[in-house]
Amino acid sequence: MSRHLSVGLFDSDHDVLAAARAARSAGWPIVDVYSPHPIHGIDEAMGLPRSRLSLACLVGGIFGAAFILWFEIWTAAVDWPLNVGGKPFNSLPAFIPITFEMMVLFGGLSAVVALLVVARLRPGKAPPFSAAGVTDDRFALVLERTSAPMTAARVRAFLEAHRAVGIEERVVGGEDL
Amino acid sequence: MAEAVPGLAPPLIDGNKTLGRITRDVCAPIERRPGAAWWAGLAVSLAALAAGTAAVSYQIAVGIGTWGVNNSVGWAFGITNFVFWIGIGHAGTLISAVLFLLRQRWRTSVNRAAEAMTLFAVMCAGIFPLIHVGRPWLAYWLAPYPNFRGPLWVNFRSPLAWDFFAVSTYFIISATFWYVGLIPDLATMRDRMRKGVRQRIAAFLSLGWDGSARTWQRYELVYLLLAGLATPLVFSVHTIVSWDFATAVIPGWHATIFAPYFVAGAIFSGMAMVLTLMLVARVVLQLQEYITIRHVDVMAKLVLATSGMVGLAYLTEFFTAMYSGNPYEEFVFLNRAMGPFAWAYWTMVGCNVGVPLLFWFRRVRQNLWLVFVLSLLVNVGMWFERFVIIVTSLHRDFLPSSWSGYTPTIIEVTTLIGTFGLFFTCYLLFCRFVPVIAIAEVKGAMMEDRHEREALAPAHAEEAVA
Repeated sequence: MSRHLSVGLFDSDHDVLAAARAARSAGWPIVDVYSPHPIHGIDEAMGLPRSRLSLACLVGGIFGAAFILWFEIWTAAVDWPLNVGGKPFNSLPAFIPITFEMMVLFGGLSAVVALLVVARLRPGKAPPFSAAGVTDDRFALVLERTSAPMTAARVRAFLEAHRAVGIEERVVGGEDL
Repeated sequence: MAEAVPGLAPPLIDGNKTLGRITRDVCAPIERRPGAAWWAGLAVSLAALAAGTAAVSYQIAVGIGTWGVNNSVGWAFGITNFVFWIGIGHAGTLISAVLFLLRQRWRTSVNRAAEAMTLFAVMCAGIFPLIHVGRPWLAYWLAPYPNFRGPLWVNFRSPLAWDFFAVSTYFIISATFWYVGLIPDLATMRDRMRKGVRQRIAAFLSLGWDGSARTWQRYELVYLLLAGLATPLVFSVHTIVSWDFATAVIPGWHATIFAPYFVAGAIFSGMAMVLTLMLVARVVLQLQEYITIRHVDVMAKLVLATSGMVGLAYLTEFFTAMYSGNPYEEFVFLNRAMGPFAWAYWTMVGCNVGVPLLFWFRRVRQNLWLVFVLSLLVNVGMWFERFVIIVTSLHRDFLPSSWSGYTPTIIEVTTLIGTFGLFFTCYLLFCRFVPVIAIAEVKGAMMEDRHEREALAPAHAEEAVA
């Protein structure tokens, strides 16, 4: 199934933000916005839900801390108890520094791995969307023309009214952009 | 617009830049052929690295007997250098994570370079404990892995095991944070470079980044999470390094103030190193409009603040020793200030407490040559701080019969020079192949700054008219 897209290119973050807000209030489906730097407030303008990646970080951190704490107690008190300076085999307070470090390590790496999975980033992948300058100084708003009132001409007029400096119509297949 | 507005801080970066101009300016140094200064710097660094490699090979082949350490002074140059380099690294994480949480926008001009400094400094630091274990080819025994010796596990009660975990975690998380910050800029490089090997590498590493707002939203959250994790991490790392000392019963080491004292000292020395490097880099790479006098001024103030903390720690240590009534404790501190290593002690106090006092003066903070010289002196002072803590505490311990002196051998000195070679080699390669300023972050921060000014400027304009 092919999709009909209109790509509006903008020169400033304010313009693309205003255009995205207007498109959303008109009920037009926003495919995505592309920008060289994060735009403050664009997620609300597009109506994006809050990301749940913090959950991956939390779960990873808890797992790392719990695993290493169990491992420290198991190795020091169960698998091969060694008397070191008369200290108790299960020296819980002394196990905390490493528990903390492993919580940070697992929490941080889980968050990054989850980001790569959810955002479908992987080494060597070609960028799904490209338009001149979106990693430099241009901002792109991509709208999908799904219904009859959204003709190419009307979308073009809308984008022009919001100070788009370049407009393209694209037809893509399936999940592509 | 972005001109100076009365009552507002000067703009983040000078020259009222467009976004495209930022990309061009920051990418320029990695797209043009490096100049003579770069090649000369690389030659000197590689020579130092080669000398260090030779020294390390020799001491691994022959053994730790090539060091000047003895039965009393069992830790000396190696551990001094380890703590010195780890401390240098801390400013990078402070700038990238702590100042991010504190919403200090100026950090965007220096965070990439400071984080790179962290990575290279931790690499240099790691070399010393590896050699110091005596048989570096068995260094993997530090990791608790199932082995055929029992399995015999590492002693998790030991601060040295904590250190292994803290430093490895610190390196991995710093490298991850640095790379995550680099992804959007790698995409920028991918899209603007001529076809070739470097463009293909940038494309491979940019992970298919296209600047999608959905990805940006998740990316910013993960960046925030990493900053939130790296902030306690950086404090924990130097705390644990300080516990290598504080959990021992040696007078002069066995002190509860060690953790905050070490953390403050680490940030102090690291900030000085950032200043040293950035003052050179901004001129050589022609980024004066990005790393402005204001950035230097703010960092000099951070050096001044942390210098005050370090000075307070010196006084507290002395007071605690005198007040404790413990004769060994009292002796160690009097011996530091008046014994055979008094010259090292007063170099430390002079460079770390005396010299930074000049940063109280705005005219000093804005004189870049002076800031450069002072930051070098702080680096010297902080190296001596670690030397004083380690050597003066050990060389005269409880029994006068076991007192001894300590002189580093040429092998130890060459190893230190070698790590400087490694550090600067990595740094010069970084300046040549990676954008030294976080392009996307500077753009975002500059636009926010500019929008705030635009929102405030009309009010000021009306006041001016009235």
